Amino acid sequence: MAKQETESAAAVIDAVCAPDWTEILRQMILVRRFEEATEREFRRGKIGGYLHVYIGQEAVASGIISALRKGDILFTGYRDHAHALMLGSDPGRVMAELFGKSTGISKGKGGSMHLFDVEHGFYGGYGIVGGHLTLATGAAYALRYQGTDRITVCYFGDGAMNIGPFHEAMNMAGLWGHEGMAPIIFIIENNGYAMGTSVERHSALTDLAARVRAYDIPSEKVDGQDVFAVRGVAERVIRQVRENGTPYCIEAVTYRFSGHGAADILQPYRSKEEVEQHKHRDPIVILRNRLSELCGLKDDDVKRMEDAAAEEVARALKFAEESPQPEADELYRDVVAE
Amino acid sequence: MSEKSYRDAIRDAMIEEMDRDANVLIMGEDIGVYEGTFRITAGMLKKYGPKRVIDTPIAEAGMAGTAVGMAMLGLRPIVEMMTMNFAIVAADQILNHAAKIRYFSGGQVDVPVVIRGPQGAGVQLSAQHSQTFESFYGHFPGLKVVAPATPADAKGMLKTAIRGRDPVIFLESAALYGMKGEVPDDADFTVPFGESRVVREGGDVTVVSYSRMMQLSLSAAQRLSKDENIECEVVDLRTLRPLDLEPAYTSVTKTHRCVVVQEQWKPFGAAAEIAASITENVFDELDAPVERVTGEDVPMPYARNLELLATPHEEQVMNAVKRVMYRE
Repeated sequence: MAKQETESAAAVIDAVCAPDWTEILRQMILVRRFEEATEREFRRGKIGGYLHVYIGQEAVASGIISALRKGDILFTGYRDHAHALMLGSDPGRVMAELFGKSTGISKGKGGSMHLFDVEHGFYGGYGIVGGHLTLATGAAYALRYQGTDRITVCYFGDGAMNIGPFHEAMNMAGLWGHEGMAPIIFIIENNGYAMGTSVERHSALTDLAARVRAYDIPSEKVDGQDVFAVRGVAERVIRQVRENGTPYCIEAVTYRFSGHGAADILQPYRSKEEVEQHKHRDPIVILRNRLSELCGLKDDDVKRMEDAAAEEVARALKFAEESPQPEADELYRDVVAE
Repeated sequence: MSEKSYRDAIRDAMIEEMDRDANVLIMGEDIGVYEGTFRITAGMLKKYGPKRVIDTPIAEAGMAGTAVGMAMLGLRPIVEMMTMNFAIVAADQILNHAAKIRYFSGGQVDVPVVIRGPQGAGVQLSAQHSQTFESFYGHFPGLKVVAPATPADAKGMLKTAIRGRDPVIFLESAALYGMKGEVPDDADFTVPFGESRVVREGGDVTVVSYSRMMQLSLSAAQRLSKDENIECEVVDLRTLRPLDLEPAYTSVTKTHRCVVVQEQWKPFGAAAEIAASITENVFDELDAPVERVTGEDVPMPYARNLELLATPHEEQVMNAVKRVMYRE
């Protein structure tokens, strides 16, 4: 009896440790260090315009993206650096984009809000809250129309759920799902605030996952700070969506540790205590502790990851710094094709 | 050549392109089961099935946005707006997304979406259903804006739009749907964008126009020839973006006088852009200020007599021509 219990516990641990968690942890650490660097470079004036970092929300991107297949595609809003990096975009080229350089991932013409890397399945990077939801729905239709089993993942914040195109996209995805033509997963990154307006102040119904069910889209909530939980839901949902061509919505309850954007310094809409309290649930710490307890991760392993991330970010910064600005004639390119 | 209506020319273009390329599909409100408000898509649902002829909810942002997403993935969607007035609801999808994605992605995606539908004054459709939008869309880089005046151009330019790689705003004149004209039968007949043409030669005054106002200008020119012995040279712009004014400049070099005719409101309209460009490029050739004939600067009224007063008519074009000749 005791032996059986031990064996089943071992099986559970094997299952828990089966995904390449160290790779996921490595990515999350890289993204964190990358984002911290962008905040510094913004203050130094190397990065212009708007800058929205992903610090605190890393598990939401990595838990889903790590479960995707090559060929799957992703759309998101303007808080988009993590998604690009986790899909496999080169950190140097992402940083160069933020620096407005010709080697940038969008040739220096998109900036922080418009990262694009079609080769890695990243279809942007959009600056109008909620504007990209319809695009992602159409893209999902196209993938089925072309007879593939590729899927679309569409990230957006809780704030996007109050704009008209959100409802139009959800309704059409729901309808097209009836025909198996909507292989799309909507991910609500519910970080509690639409910029500075809390969910309680911006959404009449605060159960956000429930709202999409009005469009016949099944949904569930997940702890967005716990990448194990996100990944678990993702695997099941991805399989279902890929198989049936039906939409699904995951509300990942998370929290952004930094301001809304680089200019959000005073943060009058939330208290320091609230932020500190949430920092106790840091997704990287949660994953690291879990891997130490269950999967034998050592402090040295973490140290190596931290060093590697620091090196990678330093390399990205150097590449961005040393890259040339776009040529003047780039101004007129890519306006139209012909 | 066959004689076709403007409406059938549009329909033929879509059918030929759907037969030619499985990536072409059409979506819009009541285009399938209902067979289209203007019956342009009649029978297409039966022919191509619901995956290629998609009845959408009344959701212009939804249909324009999903079409943009389809286009980014390699399909060639045609969005039928029941009228272009409703496309304002989709302005963010069209102006902030379709028009800019190629640019801000550094050229990583094509966006071959066609957004087409009727615009302009009908008969007593009042303020929300009678507007024209060429200067609205023409303002935005990244879009192509087309306004055909004949069935042949409607067909040839729609085929160019569908085969292209960029978002095209295809503005049909509701009042021209029934107009007939000769249309080439060749399935590969296309009309390129950005090529204006002289549709009537004359040595006295250049009249620049497009869409229904080009037909109105032609009628005015015929009356001026017959009644006043004035010969107008009429230039049809055909596309507003890209805008080809070379034939207009050449013509003004010959006539030294110019009238621009548009249906839309005068302030910030297409005629302002055209007149300013003519002044910039062939100022020394002009013997009179460029005149503009436009719709009245009011929301479209319902009463038929007021509606007629609000919309440009032949006499206004004739008077403007006479004014630039100092004969009024």
